[in-house]
Amino acid sequence: MQNFKKIKECLKSKIVGIAGAGGLGSNCAASLARTGVGKLIIADFDIVSEPNLNRQFYFYNQIGMPKVEALKENIDRINSGTILQIHNTKVDESNIALLFASCDVVVEAFDDAFQKKLLIEFMLANMPDKPLVIGSGIAGWGNSGAIKVERYNNLYVCGDTFSEVSEDNPPLAPRVQIVANMQANAVLEILLNNI
Amino acid sequence: MKINLNNRVETFDGDTMTISEIMKVKNFHFKMLVVKLNDNLVLKENYDIQVVKEGDDLKIIHLVSGG
Repeated sequence: MQNFKKIKECLKSKIVGIAGAGGLGSNCAASLARTGVGKLIIADFDIVSEPNLNRQFYFYNQIGMPKVEALKENIDRINSGTILQIHNTKVDESNIALLFASCDVVVEAFDDAFQKKLLIEFMLANMPDKPLVIGSGIAGWGNSGAIKVERYNNLYVCGDTFSEVSEDNPPLAPRVQIVANMQANAVLEILLNNI
Repeated sequence: MKINLNNRVETFDGDTMTISEIMKVKNFHFKMLVVKLNDNLVLKENYDIQVVKEGDDLKIIHLVSGG
């Protein structure tokens, strides 16, 4: 158990940034909080809506609330000691550096591919040494075996990298949560690298 | 030439190719891509001019919506 204590102490000293609090971000945050990461910095501008509830870590009575506020409420209920710093704002080139400068790792958890590209390219150009864990390819159901993690130096890509969300291929809880937890697992791999 | 493409060794005809040419040969026709050559970011406007040569390390990452 000595080692588990060391792991917990290490995680308690870490800060993880999460860009987006939808299906990927909310579930990834919950896993990281349960694992005992010291601080999460989470940014999202959206509010909780009913269609979110099929996969995101929110509840019916939270519809209409800003996602980051609802997420803080839910994660505080886990009571793991994780501090949540929340920003009810849209992440863009003007605030990425400011929001995530103190983080040991950043998780990209946006819905829209254009937003993903914007964050990834900004970070690769301006913060190339900061590990970045992205999600790409979560839509639909089945084919769990196609979901994987590819590592390219400091960049970790989680998902099947081809299943795009559409009317025929909706985002559903199991695959979204698999990828969200793969992201959380990649974060642990990075944070516990030197233990 | 032999290059490392997405962590796998691949062989292409010719001594050099642009990133656009490699995308064409490999059938990468996706809308949203992030490209890194030898760990440096390459922006879309440079895909036609950035040359890839023997031994280079090229990453072409496909981004799809959903999250």
